[in-house]
Amino acid sequence: MTYSFKVALRYLASNRAQTALLIAGVAVGVYIFVFMSALIGGLAVLLLNRTVGNIAHVTIQAPDRDPVSLYGRDSGTLVAILKSVQQRTTLQSAAAFLPAIEAIPNVTSVAGVVAGNGFLTKGEAIAPVIVTGVEPDQVSAIANVAGNLVAGSGDLTIGIALIGSGLAKTMGLQVGQRVSIRSERNIDATLLIGGVFSLGVSSVDDGAIYVHLRTARVLFELPDGVSRLEVKLDDLRLAPEVARRIANTTGLKSIPWTEKNEQLLNGLVAQARSGDVIKGFALVTIVIGVASALLLSTYRRQSEIGIMRAMGATRRFVVGVFMIQGGLIGLAGGLLGAGLGYLSLLPFPLPEATSSTGLPIAIGEGAYGTAILLTFIGAIFAAIWPASAASRVDPVKVIGP
Amino acid sequence: MIVDTPLLIITDLVKEFNDGEISTTVLNGLSLSLDRGEFVALLGPSGSGKSTLLSILGTLMRPTSGRFEMLGFNLIGARDVDLTEFRNQHIGFVFQAHNLLPDFTALENVMFPAATRKGRETPVDRRRATELLDKVGLADRRDFPASKLSGGQKQRVAVARALMNSPDLVLADEPTGNLDRESARRVMDLLIDLNGTDGTTFLISTHDETIAGQCRREIRLLDGRLARERH
Repeated sequence: MTYSFKVALRYLASNRAQTALLIAGVAVGVYIFVFMSALIGGLAVLLLNRTVGNIAHVTIQAPDRDPVSLYGRDSGTLVAILKSVQQRTTLQSAAAFLPAIEAIPNVTSVAGVVAGNGFLTKGEAIAPVIVTGVEPDQVSAIANVAGNLVAGSGDLTIGIALIGSGLAKTMGLQVGQRVSIRSERNIDATLLIGGVFSLGVSSVDDGAIYVHLRTARVLFELPDGVSRLEVKLDDLRLAPEVARRIANTTGLKSIPWTEKNEQLLNGLVAQARSGDVIKGFALVTIVIGVASALLLSTYRRQSEIGIMRAMGATRRFVVGVFMIQGGLIGLAGGLLGAGLGYLSLLPFPLPEATSSTGLPIAIGEGAYGTAILLTFIGAIFAAIWPASAASRVDPVKVIGP
Repeated sequence: MIVDTPLLIITDLVKEFNDGEISTTVLNGLSLSLDRGEFVALLGPSGSGKSTLLSILGTLMRPTSGRFEMLGFNLIGARDVDLTEFRNQHIGFVFQAHNLLPDFTALENVMFPAATRKGRETPVDRRRATELLDKVGLADRRDFPASKLSGGQKQRVAVARALMNSPDLVLADEPTGNLDRESARRVMDLLIDLNGTDGTTFLISTHDETIAGQCRREIRLLDGRLARERH
């Protein structure tokens, strides 16, 4: 142990009540920091899960077709370049890409879907719907349809349709009733409602229908291939990075969810910034608290600093003693605050399981390490002024021979 | 004891204090020298410049002008860090108000000058500090907190601390000023004994003529000048 460390420890130990109070003050600041991090993180987790948790995190489509160049009949000069928008883009050889995509880290499931628009009719009532055809075993690969059933079952056999709860309510539909669907390609099919799901996302619940892949192939005249591949990740925040890797690996057009939900993303960023401001204030409070307490200690120990200087202690030694005190207070307060923060967050349920009136706390988002590190650095920073003041103490003035 | 080269020499030393528009000259062209092993009393009425002279000789204060050499080093233009190191290695202090570190034990206080230089407390220093405490009759108090010692005991710890780094010069400012008669006698006997055995030079600032009488040389200051000397 270096001598300045020993002196710093002795000073902290000699006034235990003051030191304990100081550490407690720092711990409160760190606790606020941790709690805010867990709350903001929990809010983000909850929002993301409720809004994009049941959609594809990365959507893989066929690359855009090459534009067509039109030349003048007589002159041979280029007249226009036309981008093709009239033809459907489908992935004809989707199955060939599956092993490569599934091997990419963070990818948890990949589902090929045949999807399109249509109209659902029941008597005279008509509603626009989005029809998604999947293999029965992949009905919950992207959206947790089976886990969010409010009626019926999730078995998706040929001739069965699973519909959103909003749609069922609007059309007055129940499990066991038959409905007609006319696809965008003017093909009709009569389906039996096998289940009603509620994902909590109105855009899905109010207009989505899941059917067997083969039913969808008929409805949308797509005997081979799929409309797109949908990818689910274990961490949806990694979507842009994974999308880039998929594009690099397959050469296909990969779109992360963030690209289609820019406003949500902006909202989350703004929310995170608000949290950062609050956490910043907590840090500033810590720095001011430590600085004022150490400054007080500097004035109280002026004569002792003068004695040390007279005995040959260098200014650097004196600076070290006070900086170490700051660092130790920061470390102890940081560990205590982060520890208490973690323990107090333990009883909270996961954000997904939070009731509508409860706080969505994500215990894993507490930023404990960051809180401890920033507090440690902040406390050392706070000690600079008192330490500098201590090193400038004139021994003659405070003890004088 | 006395060797040819003086321990320290000051020449035409001037110290002025400026407080706004008022300038006070405390030392006014003072010249003197101290030889190794001397036991000297510094006398003079209040305001004669005794404390200021001790501060300058202890490298705690810089003179306004003049020369100050010790052990062959010119200390006038030295950097603060060099003066601190010089003070640590060559000068010991005994203050009127002992000035111990209250949160440290007697042993830790004695070891402080060595520990602060080396950055740690070594076993060698611990042995030396124990020997010094034994020498000043406080071996049984080595682990007592300084704040729990009596006034006389504190002053004897301060003497041991002053000798920790085997300094060439010990500056004592009214070392018995706050002590009762018996404690004062014990401290003075200690200083005389240490001067006799170790050959350390002592410069003792005092108002007490009895103490001055125990010193082999007297330097009397008046208005910042050398008024009288007795060898």
